[in-house]
Formats: sequence, structure tokens, C-alpha cells
Amino acid sequence: MKKWFNSGSPWIWLTGGAVTISVVMVVGLLGLIAVRGFSHFWPTNVAQIEINDAKNNIHEVLLGEIARSETVTAAFAREAGHVVPEHMKVVTRYLVKQGNREHVSSDFVWRFNMGMEEFQYPKGVYVIERRAWGDFFGFPQALQYGGTEVLSSAADFHQQVQQQVAESVAAHQRIKRIERGDIGRINTRMEALRLQQRQLELDQVSGHALQQALAQIEQEKTQLDADYLALRQQLDTLYAEQQQAVLRMQMVNGQEADIKLADIVAITLPNDMSALQKWSEYFKQVWVFLSAEPREANTEGGIFPAIFGTITMVFIMSIMVTPFGVLAAIYLREYAKQGFVTRMVRISVYNLAGVPSIVYGVFGLGFFIYFLGGNIDRIFYEAALPSPTFGTPGLFWASLTLALLTLPVVIVSTEEGLARIPSTIRQGSLALGATKSETLWRVVVPLATPGMMTGLILAIARAAGEVAPLMLVGVVKLAPTLPIDGEFPFVHLDRKIMHLGFHIFDVGFQSPNVEAARPLVYATALTLVVLIIVLNLTAVTIRNRLREKYRSDSD
Amino acid sequence: MTGTVATATGKPARSKLPEQALREKRRRWRRLKDNISRIGITAAGYGVVLSLALIFVYLLYEVLPILKGATIEPVAEYTMPALPAGDRLAHLTMERYQELGIRYSAQGKVTFFNLNDGSIRAQQGVVFPANQQPSSFAAAEYLGGLVAYGTNQGGIQLVRPDYELSFPNEQRHISPQVSFPYGNTPITLDLEGQAIRQLAVQESTRGRPAVLAVGVTADQRWVLAHISTRENLFTGALSTQVKRSQLTALNMQPSFILVDKSFQNLFVAEQSRIHYVDISDLTAPRVLQTVDVGAEITAFDFLVGSVSVVVGTKTGELSQWFPVRDNSNHYSFERVRNFASQPGAITKITPEYTRKGFLAADSKGNVSVHYATSSRTLLSKNLSEQAITNMAISPVNRAVMAVTAQGRVTFASVWNQHPQLSFKALWNRVWYEGRADPEYIWQSSSGNDEFESKFSLIPLSIGTLKAAFFAMLFAMPLGIMAAVYTAYFMTPKLRGIVKPTIEVMEALPTVILGFLAGLWLAPFMENNLPAVFSLLLGLPLMMVLASFLWRYLPSRLRNRVAGGWEAAILVPVVLAFGWFAVSASPWVEVIFFDGSMRQWLTNSGITYDQRNALVVGVTMGFAVIPTIYSIAEDAVFNVPKHLTQGSLALGATPWQTMVGVVLPTASPGIFSGSMIGFGRAVGETMIVLMATGNSPIVNFNIFEGMRTLSANIAVELPETAVGSSHFRILFLAALVLFTFTFILNTIAEVVRQRLRKRYSNL
Repeated sequence: MKKWFNSGSPWIWLTGGAVTISVVMVVGLLGLIAVRGFSHFWPTNVAQIEINDAKNNIHEVLLGEIARSETVTAAFAREAGHVVPEHMKVVTRYLVKQGNREHVSSDFVWRFNMGMEEFQYPKGVYVIERRAWGDFFGFPQALQYGGTEVLSSAADFHQQVQQQVAESVAAHQRIKRIERGDIGRINTRMEALRLQQRQLELDQVSGHALQQALAQIEQEKTQLDADYLALRQQLDTLYAEQQQAVLRMQMVNGQEADIKLADIVAITLPNDMSALQKWSEYFKQVWVFLSAEPREANTEGGIFPAIFGTITMVFIMSIMVTPFGVLAAIYLREYAKQGFVTRMVRISVYNLAGVPSIVYGVFGLGFFIYFLGGNIDRIFYEAALPSPTFGTPGLFWASLTLALLTLPVVIVSTEEGLARIPSTIRQGSLALGATKSETLWRVVVPLATPGMMTGLILAIARAAGEVAPLMLVGVVKLAPTLPIDGEFPFVHLDRKIMHLGFHIFDVGFQSPNVEAARPLVYATALTLVVLIIVLNLTAVTIRNRLREKYRSDSD
Repeated sequence: MTGTVATATGKPARSKLPEQALREKRRRWRRLKDNISRIGITAAGYGVVLSLALIFVYLLYEVLPILKGATIEPVAEYTMPALPAGDRLAHLTMERYQELGIRYSAQGKVTFFNLNDGSIRAQQGVVFPANQQPSSFAAAEYLGGLVAYGTNQGGIQLVRPDYELSFPNEQRHISPQVSFPYGNTPITLDLEGQAIRQLAVQESTRGRPAVLAVGVTADQRWVLAHISTRENLFTGALSTQVKRSQLTALNMQPSFILVDKSFQNLFVAEQSRIHYVDISDLTAPRVLQTVDVGAEITAFDFLVGSVSVVVGTKTGELSQWFPVRDNSNHYSFERVRNFASQPGAITKITPEYTRKGFLAADSKGNVSVHYATSSRTLLSKNLSEQAITNMAISPVNRAVMAVTAQGRVTFASVWNQHPQLSFKALWNRVWYEGRADPEYIWQSSSGNDEFESKFSLIPLSIGTLKAAFFAMLFAMPLGIMAAVYTAYFMTPKLRGIVKPTIEVMEALPTVILGFLAGLWLAPFMENNLPAVFSLLLGLPLMMVLASFLWRYLPSRLRNRVAGGWEAAILVPVVLAFGWFAVSASPWVEVIFFDGSMRQWLTNSGITYDQRNALVVGVTMGFAVIPTIYSIAEDAVFNVPKHLTQGSLALGATPWQTMVGVVLPTASPGIFSGSMIGFGRAVGETMIVLMATGNSPIVNFNIFEGMRTLSANIAVELPETAVGSSHFRILFLAALVLFTFTFILNTIAEVVRQRLRKRYSNL
């Protein structure tokens, strides 16, 4: 025993255990996100739960999805005011998502398993995804149009309903297109005209020139107003038409509820689906999640604007950070005199990578937005004042701040790449008569590309996951427009953007209904993790492959 | 060299080289390109380095104004418009655009005059009934602008200046007038109709307007009136209601009287004494306390909010007092702090309108600027040869007007942006209004102007260190031990998988960790507290036990697995124990903690928050592990092989070699990794933002939350006014974070470079 102890073997095992714990934690964390994230899209069966608990005088029937269950101590249940028999030490409780938010007190409820009958999975349950109030669970009664019943017990009732819903969704999309696209364009143009008019005032144009300009503006305004009226009429008819169709539903407690088809996004019948149908529904949901816009304070719908915003921001950041980072690294390695000062500068630059990101956010807000942006507004966007154009958080400042934040990463990587190139190569090139710049651009830099690529990709990965500074410099909960669209100048650097990381923070911590938002947060987190791990793996792969490719050259 | 060379056959062949002129040209072109490249790269290099340096410079630039004191620059000097004989100046104020000054005379004459030259804009007499004359004067809190005249028939007339703004030709024009918000006729204060010799008045701004007036009559009776208003629902007209009473128990010869806004406390200055009187029961006032200031009181006024009283004496001393409540709910009137004395007797104390600062003037013509919370005296300046008798400050604290006994006015502009901040206010205990003791508090803003901002950085710094400390407590053992094992004991095959896996964690966005901590880990820990502790304590035991059992396994089985796979063997052990701990958790609670460990903790007097330091420690530790691991692993792995082989050859066991040779050599690297990890933990924002309650408390309880510097910036910076003191403190917080992590990382980097050099010399 003593010998075993002295051999140090327990300590070796203990250190080994540290590795095990670390790895288990990483894998467990990724697994947790993956399982929760992926399962968000699965069309779960809807259970009918009957509770007959005489002790607590609970007699009810619930219809909904089982969100999760847990084992708690009896004391915990008693504290919650529940009568638990003496002999029971622990009880199980289920979180049921019963939906129908406007008809019940809470759409997520905890129920203890005492007196709980076996779960039933009745056929024909509709799960209705709605534009407002979350999901609805119930049994269909009839389809009405303008108050009269048109369909109730036909054999192809489900197909008919689905078809109606599809039509209604198409109408909805048409309305959205008009509202967003056509009317949005008119609004943009109107705002431009207003600014034009203000600019005339600022320039102190007077006399004939002013008259002419004003007349032109007035004419265009009248035209726009007319266009708007026409569109408005079109919209009104569409709306009126859409409001007519109503689906009458029965909830599990027997109460009836009318749901307008216009409010329905999709209807699924999970209890009637085969495994194949479920999988096809699953992938459809994944696609919707990635491509649709969020609804209901971001707790429903998709995350497309967040993905798009993240990518746009990272892209603009890369355009700014790459040249400067690479040039700075080349300067430090190739041109600067390698003395004490350069060493200090190098250490400082390296250390900036360890400075908290929030500090960059503070700097970005103070210097970029209030100082630079404020001055840009005063000089170039005087007409729009006092509402700021660049003097407020936006895409450009977010990208610039992150470019500054990731600059050290690019510099460090590029320098490492440059340092790895043997001096014999440089000397060879110089000996053949090449100038220093020729040596640099034709020989050294191509050899150092792996380092640069790695730096850039690591910078992108870091930028994509960074949230704290962005909260200060340009990311918002809900951006009405995408930063890139068909309006001139196509890339709107002054717009605010949505961001995956901030989306997670916002939905997880600022939304009124955390329970409803939880699966969506997991799915968003999964998307972000996948994005970042893919980027990191790409960096590693590119580095390794280019290293192999240039190995023969540099040896 | 010419254009031709001789070939072996002797026949001259044409050279492929271009003509000389062309070659010259190309050479020049190449030189030019070389220069452009050099200059361009150098410029870019300098640019980048400078722009990074700019971060520090800019943060400093935003923070520096904090240190600046106040300045007072005289703008104009003139003689005040004369008053009729027998009348005298009673009160001075200024309107918010610093255009007009208002002078109230003792006889009820109100003069609005231009502040820059003293010319009269408007003059109006306060209307009194024919048989009444003003006999005393009092001003309520300056923000409301209400003043009151007591009359010789026992009445009071309430007056407020009123400004109408118009913009003819886009120029601001102010037309001032006097209004009577509580009716045109005086309200009777003394039912016996005696002259009011002394008066104090205060207006309540909460709810419907109400006024409390306290007067001393000519025959030394104390009379009190509570005037409340009611709005007629249909006509909107205000009707007033008056409740009167006599404060019979009081028998003093007051030099100053003050009533606070809650209408509960009366402060009476008499010679060098202050009487603190409770008048919450209007009919039965109680003198709670009498304190002696030590010298005759010559100036006596509230700070905004009417909680603190500032007392100025004949000897030039200034002190702040307020009622303090002790544990048994008794109030006592305490001297909270003293301010720098002035050479002459204090003649006037003028509080600022929206914060806890004040100006004091003395009999030698000096004006000084003070701030209560930070105990700062920002400026002391001589404005006149004569004694200053009265003074007014603009509602936005940008201008001051001082008047001498001779009626000479000095109008001056004031710069006093950041009086709230001082080293003491940021880092020491401060005695805030209404608190029992000096404390460290961070509470930056509130809804109203009377709020005393509490800017102590101690709660935030403690919070930052607390979070970082628990994170390091979790991360350091795991990170370093894992690094040691991976670098020295693990088989290369496994190392190739394990190292990248752990390092991938470093790239994981902290917002994801924070969200998991807040939404998954915090509730999980709350429900499974016993599991958490049994895992923390039991896992190491399990590992040692596993190693012990492994020894007794049949050697045939044991030899199948080569050394260096211990970590893999332990995976099932860890998983099984983890599962066991979690599923046994409710039973442990039932058996040892009466069913709920959380409740048990609360019952034993330990506060438990769901989002607490334990959650943050684990999550942030998780974020820091890869940093420590990666650097420490490199350091251990790069220990020269001949050292370890020498040790092993001399008969040391691998573990002895580890402890005796490898660790001492690699310790600087391990240290450096820990430092960088610590730096990361200090600056991490999202995890603490999401996994703590963000309450700025000062303690190290593992079951309570905290608020860190970085989270505080993220929460408050978007909502603060640009350029305000609060804004600059947040920049200071950023600067502190920047400097701290920068120094930490520099130390780590220098240590690491030394280590690298040492390895190459070994």
C-alpha cells in the first residue's frame, strides 16, 4: 500500500482524471447543445394527460407536449402546497406545454405524477403554429367562411384545410411583399425627398432655383402619394379577403375557439405522422428556422436576419482587418529594426489580444460613434440632423470595432508565418538580385499565406462569437431591415444589425416567456457553435495543408 | 559589359538583355517600387501600432476630466439696480437659461434683471391686501422656485416666478412674471393675526402640490400651516385646504428655521446650537436632539432633497449634518463630514439644484465650491474685496452671481462637471444620505434629481475579483493537472485527440457558455446541490480508488493496456459517478437536509441566489481552462528530454521526475498560463452578465451573485448620458480593466520569453 502510494501512481491517475473531466465537460457541453438544439425541430407527439388526484382535488385533462420531467423531493412538492403521502420521499413532475396561451393561465405548466393516468396520444390532434399567441393544441371542428360553415366532416377535411392554409400563407406573403417592398420603397423615397428639401434650406438656395427644386420635389411627392394610395387599396382588399376564413377548434376541455386562417403559419398532425413524414417535417422546420424571420419578440420563427447580420458584419470586418494586420506584421518582421522598442511593441500588440473585449466596445462607442460618427454627421449628413446617421451604433462601427479587436490575432498569426520562413530563402532571393520588395511580395509573402489565412479565419471565428462589444456598437434585438438590400447604395453601413450571439442573449434573458423561448435559444446556440467550429476546423485544415504544400519549397 | 558576349565558338551572339537605357529605366522603376513598398508598409505598420495605442490614449482622455476641479470665470460686474430706502435684498435666484436674475426684496418687490449688465427687464410688486405688510421672507427648495412672504397680520403669501418662452425670429425671448400658485390673497398662518417674524416654508413635489409653512410670531408663538390643494374634476380649478396648529412646546430664539420636504422634520438654528424637532405629529412636536456646532451659526441651508443640512459658522467652518437611523429605529442628528474652512464668516450657502453640491460665500469676499458626497472642495476663489451677502447659482450649475453688501454684483460662469468623483468617493467608504454608516455602494442612477449617486467602485472590483477567484479555483487545478498529464504521461495517440478537443473550447463563444450557465446550470445546481458537492469532493477520491483497484486487476488484463491510457480508463468511472451523484441527489436531500438543501442553507443563515458565484466559477472556469491548459501544456512538453531521461536513469519514478525535475523547470510557463487565464476571467463579460444576478454586493459568499466591472459597463453604458460623470466612470472602469489585463499579460509574456530562452540554453 505504502509502496503503491510512493510510486506516485495515484497522483498520475489524478492528473489523468483532470484530463478526463475536461474532455467529458467539453463533449458533454457540445452534446447538450446538439441534443437540445436538434430536438427543437422534431414534431413531438401530443399527449393527452388525465389527472385524477383525489388528495389534492385535481381532476383535469391536459393536451400538450411533454417538455421535460424531473425528480424532486417530496418536501419540495409540499412546499409548493401539494399534498404528498408520507411514504413517498421523491416525486416526478412533468413540464407540459399546453399552448393556447390566450385561453389558459399559463402555456407551460408543471404537474406532479400523482394520480396521473397513462398518457394517451389521440389521433387527429392539430398543432397550429400561429403568428401570435404561440402554438394551439386542439381538435378541428369545422372550417367557416364569412360566418357560414363550408366544411366539417368531409373525408378529405385535413387536405382541404391544409390547402386553405397554404393559400392563406401565400396571401400573407403577398401582403408582406407589398408592405415591405413597395411601400417601403415609397417611404425611403419620401424620406430622401424630405432630406433634399432640408438640404436646400441649409444651402440657402433661394429665388428661381428654389422654386424649381421645390416644384420638382412636390411633383414627385404627389406621384408617390398616388402610388401609395393604390397600394393601400390593394392591401385592404387582400386583408379583407384573408380575414374571412376561420377554423373552429375544440380544446381538450370542450371549449371551442375560432382561429383565423390569416393567423396560421402551419398546421401539423404529429400523432398521425409516420416516421418518414416526421423526418420530412423535421428538415422542413430546420430550413424554416434558418431562412425565416423571427416573430413574437424573437421567440418564434427563424433567425435568418441574425445569420445574415453576423455574416455581413464579419465579412466587412475581414475586408478591413486583413490588409492592415498583414502589413503591420510584415513591417514588424521585415522592416522594423529588431531592437528593444520593436520587442516592446510586439509584446504590446500580442497583449492586446488578451484585453477584455468590452474595452474595445467602450472605445468603439466613445471614439468611433460619438467622436468620428458625430463629426461625419456634422459634415456630410447635416440635413438629417438631429437624427444621427453615423453618430449612432451601426454595422460599420460594429465591423470596425471588431476589426480592431481581431487585429492582434491576424498580426500574431502572420508574424508566426513569416518567422517560419528560413532566412536562406530571403538571402537566396536577394543574392539573385531581387530587391527587398520583390523578395517580399514574390517569395516571402506567398510562403507565409498559411499563417495569414489562419489568422484571418481565427479572427472571423472570434468576431462571430463576440457579443459584449457589439452590445455597445451596433447590434439590436430586432432590425427592421437587412443591411444589404436592393435599395441604393445596396450595402447600408449605417444600419443596425442583428447578431446570432446577441440573439441568444436577448431571447434567453430578455424575453418575457423564457420557457417558450428556451428551445429556440438552444437551436440558435447550436447554429453558432457549428459555424464557429467549422471555421476553426477550416483554419486548422488550411494551415496544415498549406504547410505541407510549402514545406518542400521552404526546406 | 556591352550588349554582346562571346560564345564558345567565338561567334558574337546577341544578348537577351535589353538595352542599357531600358535597363536603367527598369532599375529606376524597380527602385521606385521598392521604396513605395517600404514606405507603404512602414506607414501601415506605424498606423496600426498607433491606432492600437490610441485605445489607451482615448480612454485616458475621456477619464481625465474627472480629476479637474471647478473654475469660476467672472463675466460681468455691475451695481445692482437700487431699491427704495428701507427695503433690502431678501433673496436671489437665476432662471435656467442664465439670462435673467430674480431679486426678491424684503418689502415684496420682485425684479427681473439681465444677468450680463444688470438692466431691469421687469419689475413687479407682490400684491398684499391694503392692511398687510410683509414682515418676513422664506424660500422653499430652489428647484421649485417657491418663496413666501409672512405678513404683519399673520398671513403668508406664496409666490413663484413664471417664464413664458417665445421664439420670435428664432431668437429665444423670455417674458418673466410673478405668479401666485396658491391663490392671490395671503393664507392665514396665525389665527391670532400677529406679525410673522420668522418663517420657513417647504413645498412637497410628490403627488399633489402641498406646502408646509412654519412661522414664529411677534409674541414668540410657533405656528404651523399645512396647505394642500385639490383639483376640481370638472373645472380643473385648484382649491386649497389649510390645516393649522401651534407648536406649543417650542421655546427658542431661532436664527434660522428649515422644514424638510417630507414635512416631518424641523431644524432650528439658535446661536451655535441646532435643534432637531420631529413634527410628524403636527400637534405634538418633539425636540429629538440638540447639538452644538461650536461656533455661532451664520448660514444654514438644505442640500437638494432636503435631507442634509449644511451649516456655516462665524469662524468659517462648514459641515454637513443629517438624521441617521440606528438599529432600534431611533433617529439622531449627526455631523457627517466637514469641508475646508473659509477665512471669513460664512454668509451664504447656496445649494446646487440637481445634485448634492453647494457654494459657500464668506465675509471676506471668497466663494468656494463644495460637493457633499465626495467631500471635495473643488475651488475657493476671491470674487470681491467686500463681504458677499447673497449669492445665486443657475439651475444647470453653469453660472453664479454674488452680491456684496454695497450691491456690487459679480456674474461669473462656472465649470463644475464632475464634482461627484474623487479618489475617496470611488474607493473609500462614503456616508450617504439616509444611511446609518459609511458604506461601499454602487447605485449610479435613479428617477429623480434629488437622488444621491453612489459611485463606489469597490463593489464592482470585489465582484470582479470574486468571479475571477472562483473561476481560477476551478480552472487552475484542472487546467494545470490536465496539462501535466497530457504533456508527460499521455500516449501521443491520445494526445493528438485530446489537445485539440480541449483547445476547441477556447473558441467557443462565451455567450453560449453564459446562456447555458444561466438557463441550464443555475437551475440544475439549485435542484441538485448535493450532487454538485459530492461531485467536487467525490470525483478525486473515485480516481484514486480507481487507480488502487487497477493495481489489483489481474496482470494479464492490466498489461493489455499500455501506460498513458489512464485518462481513457477513467471516462466510465467519471460518467458512472456523475450519474450516480445526480440520481442520488434527491435522496441525499431527503436524508440529510430535510428534503431541500437550499432551504437548509437559508435556514442556517446563508443567502442562496439561483445565479451565484458557484455557477459563475464553474462556467468561467470552463472558459479559462483551455487558456491555462494550452500554455502550461506547451511549457511542460517542451522541457528538454535529456533532463527527464537523466532523472529517470538515476532511478527516479516518473512521478518523482515530474515533481522534482519537470515542474520546477516548467513552472514559469504554468505561472504565465495562469496569469493569462486570470486576465481573461477578469475581463469576461457575457458569462457574468448572464450567470449572475448583477447585484453589486460586497462579499465573498459562494452562493450569492456579484456585479463585475465589465458586466456593469455592458449594462449601464448604453443608457448613460454622453459626457456625464457616470459616463466617465464607466470609461474609468474600462481603463482599469485595460491596464490591469495589459500588465498581467505583459508579465506573463515576459516570463514566457525568459522561459523559452532558458529552454534553448539547457
